Amino acid sequence: MTHLTPTQALHGSAIIQALKQARVEFVLSVPDICTSEGLLRPIANDPDLRLVRVCKEDEGVSVCAALSFCAKRSVLLMQQTGLMDSANALRAIAVDYRNPVCMMIGLLGKEPDVPPQQSARYGVRIITPMLDVLGIRHLVMSSDADIPSCMQAIDEAYERSQPLAILFGRNPQ
Amino acid sequence: MNATRPRDEFLRTLAGRYTGQLVVSVYTTCFEWMAIRPDALNYVAVGAMGQAGSHALGLALGQPDQEVWVLDGDGSLLMNLGSLVTLAGAKPKNLTHFVFQNGSYEANGRASLPVAHAIDFAAMARAAGIADAHQISEPEALDHWLLHRGPATGPALVDLRVLSSATSYPQRYDYIHSAEARDTFRAALKALPHTGARA
Repeated sequence: MTHLTPTQALHGSAIIQALKQARVEFVLSVPDICTSEGLLRPIANDPDLRLVRVCKEDEGVSVCAALSFCAKRSVLLMQQTGLMDSANALRAIAVDYRNPVCMMIGLLGKEPDVPPQQSARYGVRIITPMLDVLGIRHLVMSSDADIPSCMQAIDEAYERSQPLAILFGRNPQ
Repeated sequence: MNATRPRDEFLRTLAGRYTGQLVVSVYTTCFEWMAIRPDALNYVAVGAMGQAGSHALGLALGQPDQEVWVLDGDGSLLMNLGSLVTLAGAKPKNLTHFVFQNGSYEANGRASLPVAHAIDFAAMARAAGIADAHQISEPEALDHWLLHRGPATGPALVDLRVLSSATSYPQRYDYIHSAEARDTFRAALKALPHTGARA
């Protein structure tokens, strides 16, 4: 078993606390094996967050956009496969319409200490170039130390009304 | 249950019973609704087929005291049928999903759906877990349902059988995709009671 130093670890509880401080009230999700245990399950049990389970990720894109019109903040928790499946919804609803759709994306197959674009896995390596082509800002959250900058990016996404993708550098525990 | 009446007759019936709902509508149905019932609370920026119900769910969750109507098309709903299951799971009492079934992809040249026979969307909704689901083929029956429906215990779906015919209403694509449309809706929503500032 690999033991992470405190500076390497990424804790779901710290992410949840930060999401609440960032005024996020709703979490939309299609389960992702990278985050289902460390993040989705505790979110489901947290009375301060409303978890809405969607059948397909592009539904979540639209729900997040509509919630923003109601002055409600949300995040869409999914796997990179869902991101790829949602490309047209993101193109239209998040980018063309300039809506603050904030995504938190597990990268199935990513090596924990390798940047996504340098992954040996094609399905991981293409994600940041795809986000660049879509024109969606992206950051990597690999440890608890990355959480504040990611939450600041959520603030900025809502202030500027633009989409955001936070990529998990390792699985939250 | 066969279609005998055009869609705009049903839309005029809805307009007659309109009491301030947020209305999410899709493409050709949207163009007709904007002409029949122009209102700042028309949410027209759905972005893609299959997304209307999800936008409506976001509005229903974000504005739980406000009733939300979805004016969807059959081809659109078929692109995201799982959204009915999502809707059943979220259980918003303030959302009614109207599906205008004309058997064609009207915004894309009126090409036929994969099947020629009518689809039972009410049965699909019930199978998904939406108990309050109905099939209606006459505007008068829709009016009766709107007038006499009881207190909602969850989301509702109404499958409306309408004639397939070319629309004569202006097709305002530039408007529905515009920042003006989104800003108009946002300002109108913000002006409603119980709505906070921008997120």
